[in-house]
Amino acid sequence: YQRRVREAVVSTQSTGIPSTTGHFGILPNHVPTIAILLPGIVAITTEAGEVQKFFVSSGTATIHADSTVQILAEEICGLEDIDVNAARSGLEAAQSKLASAADDVSKASAQIEVDVYSGMVATA
Amino acid sequence: MAVPMLRTSMMLSPTSARGMATLKDIEMRLKSVKNIRKITSSMKMVSAAKFSRAERALKPARVYGAGAVSLYEKNDFAEGSDRLIIAISSDRGLCGGVHTNIGRNIKATQLSDRAVSKAIIVGDKAKAILIKTMGDTFLATFNNCGKKPSSFSDALNIAEEVLTHDYDSASIVFSKFKNVVSYNTTAYPVPSLAVIEANDAIYAYDEVDNEVLRCYQEFTLANLVHASLKEQEASEQSARMNAMENATRNAGEMIDKLTLLYNRTRQAVITRELIEIISGANALE
Repeated sequence: YQRRVREAVVSTQSTGIPSTTGHFGILPNHVPTIAILLPGIVAITTEAGEVQKFFVSSGTATIHADSTVQILAEEICGLEDIDVNAARSGLEAAQSKLASAADDVSKASAQIEVDVYSGMVATA
Repeated sequence: MAVPMLRTSMMLSPTSARGMATLKDIEMRLKSVKNIRKITSSMKMVSAAKFSRAERALKPARVYGAGAVSLYEKNDFAEGSDRLIIAISSDRGLCGGVHTNIGRNIKATQLSDRAVSKAIIVGDKAKAILIKTMGDTFLATFNNCGKKPSSFSDALNIAEEVLTHDYDSASIVFSKFKNVVSYNTTAYPVPSLAVIEANDAIYAYDEVDNEVLRCYQEFTLANLVHASLKEQEASEQSARMNAMENATRNAGEMIDKLTLLYNRTRQAVITRELIEIISGANALE
């Protein structure tokens, strides 16, 4: 797949993010928050009302008291760029890797792969 | 390249009685300066190409850096006494004052009361500049920087190394790119997890616990290292472009002056030979 870096400064109505503490939405004047992102979909509703969805693999989100939000994702792709079949076969390979993982480090990295692939498959 | 030529010409050219530079000497200097101009001009063009690529890559990286550092800037975190410095430079020189400015900035901090006891150096140039005064503070050095554009995995390697050490607060010293002709030597602050947790202001943020803070701090560190690497690259390539442009221009001026000198010397030699022939002919009459 192609690796692209995407950046944007947008004024939004609301943003939905998948965090470790749950999937929640951010509206203006949200209480200041620091959140870690899980593999999942970030949905941005712009001021015009259109919804843009991106799949993020992981990252952080910071909501400041002045209603600015910084979402820094490690890797990101548009939903249309996800090939579900490739994601499914990747998921199976990751699951077998997890089952056969020997030490904690490889178990953890295999678990991360499983999480990301299952997130991708779930977007279908 | 110049030395063997010197030896042969010493044997062939007539030594001037007055010690004035002979025609052959000027010719050699002219040739070598013309070579230098060719080299610096091509280096300038290579840097210009690398610079445009680096500047394009800088834009998103800058967003990452600004986003990552925003939390640390909006809240004051204590500096602590155990400080770590991460110096960002590269392996290659001929780029103006980029590396020496980093070295100067860090040496000035060492002389002030904010001296650091630990340093992680990225790039051989900063290592060479700082090793004499700060060599005992080095924890790790990275080389092989500057040949290819840095990637996020490079930033991850550096961040992982930083996280294996204990410190109160760290700062990343790098050259922030302003525009094609100028850059600033600045630093990103990177408080450690302990310092962040000790600051009560952080709990004004919702849903904060130890695990979240730890992931956040680690990812932010990687982002800041990545952003500073990209800024360093853009600053370095633009500085090298300017340095090579100046060198090319200076070489051109030298070539003009030497060409004038060469022509004058050539005419003087011809005139001298004419005088000798004519006075010889006159003596025969």
